[in-house]
Amino acid sequence: MKYFTRLRVRRVYKWRGDPLAFNRKLKTCDYGSLAISVEGLPRTTVIVVGQHILIEGEDEDDPYVAKVTRLFGDDSGKQKKAVVQWFARVSEVPASKLKLLGREPHPQEIFYYQGRVCEDEVNAESILRPVKVKHLDGAAPFPDSDDKDTLFVKMSWDSKIFRVAPAAEPAPAFSPPPRSKPSLPPSPPCSPPAATPATPASRRVSRRTLSTPEPAEVRCSWGSMSTGKVRSLEAESHHSATKLSASKCLSATRRKASARTPGVRKKLQLCSPEKSSPEDAMDQLLDQELESEMMLVQRLSSSPPQALHLTPHRMGHTAPASPLSHRLTPLRKAQGGRDAEDAIPIKRSSVVLQQLSETDSPPPAPREDSTRAATPSRRKEAKAARETALAVLVEVDNENSPMLPAATTPRSSKRKSALLVSSRIRKQLHLLNSDQLLNSDGEDEDEDVFVPSKALQSSSEEEEEEEEELDSDQEVGAKKSRRTVGSRTPRSKGKRGTSARTPRKTPNKKITPSTPQTPRYATPIIPSRSLPARCPANVLEEARARLHVSSVPESLPCREQEFQDIYSFVESKIVDGTGGCMYISGVPGTGKTATVHEVMRCLQHAAEVDEIPPFHFIEINGMKMTDPHQAYVQILQKLTSQKATADHAAALLEKRFSNPAPRKESTVLLVDELDLLWTRKQNVMYNLFDWPTRRHARLVVLTIANTMDLPERIMINRVASRLGLTRMSFQPYSFKQLQQIITSRLNKVKAFEEDALQLISRKVAALSGDARRCLDICRRATEICEHSAPPTPPASGLVGMSHVMEALNEMFSSSYITAIKCASLQEQLFLRAVIAEFRRLGLEEATFQQVFVQHQALCRVEGLQPISVSEGLAVCQRLGACRLLLLEPSRLGVLQRVRLNVSQDDVLYALKAD
Amino acid sequence: MMESRSAHAPWSSLQLGRGDARFHPELSSLTHQHISFLPHFLFCAELQPIRVRDEPNQEVVIAGQVVFPRMRKTRSIMSKRKAKDVHLPTGESITQVQSMLRERLCNQRLPDKPEGTEAQHKHLLELLRRTAIHGESNSVLIVGPRGAGKTMLLKCVLRDLLEDKEAQKSLLQVHLNGLLQTDDRIALKEITRQLHLENVVGDKVFGSFAENLAFLLEALKKGDRSSSRPVLFILDEFDLFAHHKNQTLLYNLLDVSQSAQAPIAVVGITCRLDVLELLEKRVKSRFSHRQIHLLSSLTFAQYLQRVQSQLSLPQDFPDVKFAQDWNDSIKTLCEDKSAEGALRRHFNSSKDFRSLHILLMLCLSRVTVAKPVIKPADLLEASRLCFVDAKANMLHGLSILELCLIIAMKHLNDVYEGEPFNLQMVHNEFKKFLQRKSNSMYNFEQPVIMKAFEHLQQLELIRPVDGSAAKTQKEYQLMRLMLDHSQIMEALQKYPLCPTDVKQWAMSAFG
Repeated sequence: MKYFTRLRVRRVYKWRGDPLAFNRKLKTCDYGSLAISVEGLPRTTVIVVGQHILIEGEDEDDPYVAKVTRLFGDDSGKQKKAVVQWFARVSEVPASKLKLLGREPHPQEIFYYQGRVCEDEVNAESILRPVKVKHLDGAAPFPDSDDKDTLFVKMSWDSKIFRVAPAAEPAPAFSPPPRSKPSLPPSPPCSPPAATPATPASRRVSRRTLSTPEPAEVRCSWGSMSTGKVRSLEAESHHSATKLSASKCLSATRRKASARTPGVRKKLQLCSPEKSSPEDAMDQLLDQELESEMMLVQRLSSSPPQALHLTPHRMGHTAPASPLSHRLTPLRKAQGGRDAEDAIPIKRSSVVLQQLSETDSPPPAPREDSTRAATPSRRKEAKAARETALAVLVEVDNENSPMLPAATTPRSSKRKSALLVSSRIRKQLHLLNSDQLLNSDGEDEDEDVFVPSKALQSSSEEEEEEEEELDSDQEVGAKKSRRTVGSRTPRSKGKRGTSARTPRKTPNKKITPSTPQTPRYATPIIPSRSLPARCPANVLEEARARLHVSSVPESLPCREQEFQDIYSFVESKIVDGTGGCMYISGVPGTGKTATVHEVMRCLQHAAEVDEIPPFHFIEINGMKMTDPHQAYVQILQKLTSQKATADHAAALLEKRFSNPAPRKESTVLLVDELDLLWTRKQNVMYNLFDWPTRRHARLVVLTIANTMDLPERIMINRVASRLGLTRMSFQPYSFKQLQQIITSRLNKVKAFEEDALQLISRKVAALSGDARRCLDICRRATEICEHSAPPTPPASGLVGMSHVMEALNEMFSSSYITAIKCASLQEQLFLRAVIAEFRRLGLEEATFQQVFVQHQALCRVEGLQPISVSEGLAVCQRLGACRLLLLEPSRLGVLQRVRLNVSQDDVLYALKAD
Repeated sequence: MMESRSAHAPWSSLQLGRGDARFHPELSSLTHQHISFLPHFLFCAELQPIRVRDEPNQEVVIAGQVVFPRMRKTRSIMSKRKAKDVHLPTGESITQVQSMLRERLCNQRLPDKPEGTEAQHKHLLELLRRTAIHGESNSVLIVGPRGAGKTMLLKCVLRDLLEDKEAQKSLLQVHLNGLLQTDDRIALKEITRQLHLENVVGDKVFGSFAENLAFLLEALKKGDRSSSRPVLFILDEFDLFAHHKNQTLLYNLLDVSQSAQAPIAVVGITCRLDVLELLEKRVKSRFSHRQIHLLSSLTFAQYLQRVQSQLSLPQDFPDVKFAQDWNDSIKTLCEDKSAEGALRRHFNSSKDFRSLHILLMLCLSRVTVAKPVIKPADLLEASRLCFVDAKANMLHGLSILELCLIIAMKHLNDVYEGEPFNLQMVHNEFKKFLQRKSNSMYNFEQPVIMKAFEHLQQLELIRPVDGSAAKTQKEYQLMRLMLDHSQIMEALQKYPLCPTDVKQWAMSAFG
C-alpha cells in the first residue's frame, strides 16, 4: 500500500497516433499504441497492442505480467485504459497447486492465466514497461540464459489445473470489452486473469480506474463498475452486517416483486440476453446501475454468505449461458475468494488455511493488503469444485464475506442458510478482533489513496463506507432513533388520529384532586455532570471497565447456537409476515436478555440495509412495571407513543393486532421476566400469546423467564397451549465458556494471570454458572490487586492467584462463623445454651424460657455472674437481629420460641476454634 | 425532691425519640430549668436535683443521666464569655466536659478517623470514589450487628469523599430507610423527590406509582457513564426493602447498576447476615456480591482503651489543668478493679459501642461540681441501672393480691409444666393457699380478683393464648405467665413489707 502514497518515478503516458476506432455509446477511442516517457529521461517506451508488459503491483520486484489486448481512452484523453491478458508468476500460484505441475517451476516461468474472475481492464498508468515473453513448447526445456528479463510461458493456469498454453495466439487487436458481448465465447483472452492470491494487482489497478473524474465514463466499463462494488463490499466486510446473511437472499427475492429495484431488470435481461444489441444492453445496464448503485452496494455488502456455498453448481450453467449472469458470478466468486484470503493471516494454523496458503508467500505487508484484494478466485473455484466440504469450512471462516444475494436461491434453503449464518457468526466472534486489527491499517491507507479521486459515485460509496465503519453500537443506536422516527408510519399516525378522542378521556378521569398528574412536560433525565467522568488510567482500571457487566461486549461468545436459533426464528417470522411465540428460560446471568438484544441489533441492522422488512422492536420487563396490566400500557406507549390506561390500552392493542392494515410492520415483542405477568385469570399472558396467532397481527413474542417449566407450572392450559412448544433453555456457563467470556471481554488487555482466570471461572461454574458473578469477582480481584500493589509488588503487575482467592473468599465465604467468633461472651453462651436445650429436648426448637435456664447453668459453670432475664432477652434479640437465631416476635417475651439459623456443627466449630 | 416530682408528672406527654429529647413547653414553663431526659428505655429514673454552686439561682434537675442538646447551646455561650480564663470555675469546666463528651457519646460527632475499621473504610471509600469520579456503577452491602458502626462508617466515608471537590460537585445522594419507605411506592416518590427530577413540584411528587417508576427508569436509562451525574443510593435497613412486593425497587436499582445507564452506586446497610438469601435469584444475580462485614473481634484491652479514649478530654480543652486532672481520674478509673469488673461484664454482654456509650453517659451524668470526677462507684451504679430487670421492677409496684395471683400462676406453671391457665384455676390455687397457710390474707370477692387479673394483663405480665381471646368468657380465657421464676423470686426479695407467709408460699415446692 505504501507504494501508492509514496512519490515515485513520474511517468508520462501519451497515446501515439490517432484513435483507431471510436465507440459512440461508450465514448471511448481505441488506440494502437501508447508512449511512456519517464520524466527527465529522453527515452520513450512504446507499448503496442499484443505486446507483453509489466504492470505495477504490490511487489516492486515482481510486477505483474500481462499482454495488452486493447488500448483505449475516453475522448477527453484523460482516461487511459488497457485491456490485458494476465499471466501468473510462479509466486502467484498457490503452493499446493504448484504440485500439480509435476516438476520444479522455472523461476522465470509464467503461466497463461485462464481464470475467469480477474479484472482484465487496467489503468494505463499502471503499465511499467514492456517485457520479453517467450512461448515455449510444453516439452521443450527452459533455455539457459542469463537474461533475467525474459519470461517463459509453457502452461496455462485456470486456478484449478495446468494445461498446455495456447501457443502465441493472435492478439485480438480491438476486442471490445469482453463482457459486453453476449455472444463472445468464454475464450481465454476474454476471461481475465485474476491476480493471484498474494497479488491483488488487478484490483488495485482497476481501482485506479475508479478514480476518474467523470463517473459516467467510469461506469461505462464493467470493470470499474464492479470494482466500485468490490470496494464497498470490502469496506463492509469487516462489519457485522454479514451476520444477517440468510435474510439477504430472501430480500432479494422479494425485491424482485417491486418494479423499481435493479434486481428485477437484471433478471429480465438475464432471461433475454439476445433481445438487444450488446451496446444497448450495456447502456441499459449502466443506467440501471447508475440509479441503483446504492442499493446494489448495500445489497452486496451484506449479501448472504450461503450464496457462496451455492456458487459452484450455479456457476456451472449460468456462466456459459449468458455473459450477464456471468458477470454476476465472477464477482461473487471474487468476493468469496477474497474472503478466503481474509482468513489466511488470521488463522494460519487451521487446516483449511494451510491448504490455501502458498509456498512462496509474499512478504507480510502485501499479504495483509491482499486480504482485501479481490483476487484469489482461482483457488476458490478449485476448492469449491473439488473439496466441497472444505469449501464450506472456508465459508465458515469467511464470515466477513458479503455475498451477492442469490436471486435464485430457493426459499427452502432459508433455514439452512440461517444455520450457516450463525456458524459464520461464531467464527467471526473468534476472529473479529484480529481481523479488525489487520484490516484497519490497510483500510486507512486505502482511503488515502482513493479519497482524492472521489467522483460522485465513489463519494457516495465512501459515505456508505464511513457509515459502515461506525461502531456497530452507535450505528444501532442511530438506527434505533431512526426507527423510532420511522415508526410513526402514516398508519400509526392515522391511528392516533382516530383514537385521539379516547385518550383525552382518560386524563380527565384521572385528574382528580387526590392524584394529580405528572407535570406534562417533565422530561425524565438525570442532571449531567459538570466535569466529565475520568477515563481509566492504567491496565487494571481498563480491565475493570471492560469487565463491568454493563460494558457492552463486542461479541457474545458461547451463545452462538442460541443466537442462531433465535435469529432464525424471528427472522423467518418477520420475513413471512407471520407471528409466533418463543419461550426462553435459563438461570440468571446466562445471557438470555443479552443474546436477544444482540439478535435484535443484527436484525435491525438487516432491516436497515433492507435485507428484511422493517419491524418494531419493543421490550417490556415484568420487573419494571408495578402491575401486570401495565404491560399493555407500556406496549402501547412504545408502539405508538400513546398514553392510555391499562384497560384502554388493552382494547387498542387488541384492535391493532386483530385488524388488517396496509403497510403493517412486524412487531417483535420481548417480554422479560415473564413470570411476573402472572395474574389470577392470566389474561395478560393469554393476550400476549394470543395476539401472535391472529392473522393480521404480525407479532413475534419472545418471552424470558428463569424457570424451565414455567408454562407447565403456572399457566393454565389455554395459555400454555398458545405459548406453543418453541422453547429454548440457556444452560449455565461451563468454566471454559466463562473463561472465554472473560478473555473476550478483556480483549487483549493483559491484566490476569492465566491460572487466576481459570480459578475464577471454575469456581463460578461450580457454583452457579452466572456470568455476572464471574465478572464481578474479576473486578473485585483487580481492586484487591491494585490496593495490595505497594507492599507486595507482583512481578508482573497482573492479578494473581492470591488476589483471586481473596476476592472469592470475600464473596463466597459465609459470614456466620466469623460472626459467631466475634460475638460477645454472653451471646456465645446463649448459643451454647440453645444447643444444649435442643439436645435435651430432642427438638430443633425451644422457648426462650427453656434456653434461659440452660444459660443460667452455663454461666455458673463458666464462673460468670448469671444475667437477668432482660439482659438475656437483649442477648437473644441481638442474635436474632443478625439472624443467627430465628425468633418469634419479641412481644412474646420469655415465651418466644427460638431456633438456630445455622447448623449446630457450625456453631460448635466456631465456638471451639475460639 | 419536689422539683423532681413535678417533673415526673408530664413525662407521659413527652415524646422521646431515639438519641434526642424534645423540650416540652409545659415542662419548661413549669420548672424554668434545664431538664434532660435519658433515653426512653430507662423508665424509672432516679431524679436528683443538683444545685450548681456558683449560680445558686440555677438549679438543674438531672434525670438519672442527662442528655439534652439545647443545653449545650446555652453552655457554649457561657463558655465563650469566659473563654479567656485559663482557670475556669469548676462548674464551668464541668458543663464544658459534659457537653463535649455528650456530643461524642450521642454519636453526634463523627470520629476523625475510623477506629478498627480502616480496611472497610478504605474499601468503601475507593468504591464510592470510583462511582463519583469514574462513573462506574457499583453495589455493596454493609453488614454488621446492631451498633457495630455501619452508618458511622458510611458517614465517615461520605465526609471524606465529599472533601474531593470533583466528587462533591457531581455526586447526587438518595437516602432511603426501610423503616420509613415501607413500600416501593413511597420509596419511589422519595427517590424522585430527593433527585429533584422534573416531575417534582416544590416538595411534592406527582403521578401514579406506575408513572413514577417509568419516569425514574427512563431518567436513569437516558444517562450514561460519562456524562450523567452519579447517583448514590443509600438503603438503610436494606433487608426491609427485600420484603417489598416483587422486590421491584431492588431489581431496578441493581439492574441499572449492572447496565450501561446512569452511573449509580447502591449501598445497602443491614444487620442481617443472611440478607442475600432474602433476595430473589434474579435480583441476587444483579447484585455484585460485595459485602463489607463489620464484625469486630475486639479484645477487652482494646475495649478498655476505647473507654478511656472516649472519656478523655482533648488537648485543646480551655482549662488545661482541669483537663489534666480529669484525664488522670479517667485513667485511674479504668485501672480500678471494681470498675474493670463492671466494664468486663458489659463487654461480656455485648461488644457494641452503643451500649457502652449508654453506660458512659450514665456515668457522666453523675458528675457534679461537688464531685468533678467519675468514680468507680458511679460506674457500678450506672452498670446496675443498665442491667436492671424491667419486669422485676414492675413487680414492685403490684399490690399484694396481684403478687399472690402471680405466685399462684407460678405454682400452676410448675404443676402443669407450662400449660396455660385461666382465672378460675388461679383463683382456686389462691383459695387453697388461703385455706392452708394464710394468716395475713383474706379472701377477696371474685370481681376484685378479676380486676387484679385484668390489671396484670394490662401490664402484660400475663397474656392470653393466641386465638382464644374472642370466644371464651373472661374467667375461662387461657393465659400464660410472661415471667420467669427467677424474676418473681427476685421481686419478692425486694418487695417492701411482703408478708412472710406469702414469701414462704412462693418458695414452697407445692402450692
